[in-house]
Amino acid sequence: MGCLEAMKPEIILSQTTFKEAREYIKKNIREYHEVEPGYKIHDVHIIGVPPLYVGIEGEDLIFPYTKPCHGTFVVKVAGDEEIARLRAKKK
Amino acid sequence: MTENEKTALILLGCPQVPVQTSMALYLVHGLKEHGIRPVIAGTVAARKLMEVADPDRYYVSEMTDLDAAIDEITGKERDFDLCFVFIHNDSGIAYAGTMAYISKARLYALLFGEHAQDLAGEIEFPCEVVAAKAVHNPMPLKRRLDEVMQWAVSKR
Repeated sequence: MGCLEAMKPEIILSQTTFKEAREYIKKNIREYHEVEPGYKIHDVHIIGVPPLYVGIEGEDLIFPYTKPCHGTFVVKVAGDEEIARLRAKKK
Repeated sequence: MTENEKTALILLGCPQVPVQTSMALYLVHGLKEHGIRPVIAGTVAARKLMEVADPDRYYVSEMTDLDAAIDEITGKERDFDLCFVFIHNDSGIAYAGTMAYISKARLYALLFGEHAQDLAGEIEFPCEVVAAKAVHNPMPLKRRLDEVMQWAVSKR
């Protein structure tokens, strides 16, 4: 399931739905960008029904992470080079 | 694999509802009967259940990890003619929605478990919905799938 655990994520929401994860990011993160389903952050695919959002908070990324058995989590990880790639995406 | 051979991706979620493995094997059998090559993508546990149920690989041929399958499709390395997603929870809907977006395959959402009809109401993307309240007994879902399989094969 990708290398999310290796990124030592901070869990913001756990075992929720992809819709609730979407709403959380939209309501609580000032800067967020829409991505397509399957968009890859580090080694993790963003899974769900559009619109899907990835937030930027300082040097971190906040995004939905879906596990087949445990629902969707909203996680925060270090953004590194992914932040520039996300901001450079065509609006 | 021949050049013109039709292929189907079968996406398996968490195997906590008993009918999933049985129905997946049944679907693989039906696809093979119609000359369609099935590829199974699923969690480790879902794949192990398939492997143990079919030790001689009579039904199951290629199996892959969920992320690897999504990687290949988003990377335009591979796609399928048909895609069947087994769904019994919100994550299943999320995976089916992803497949609807990234793949050109004709998509079938197979919903089962206690809340199959409620989950079916959550689907807002183009696909064929096959839903039945089936937890331990696969027959309600089998009957619905049999109806659709005739249709799936004639449309391919």
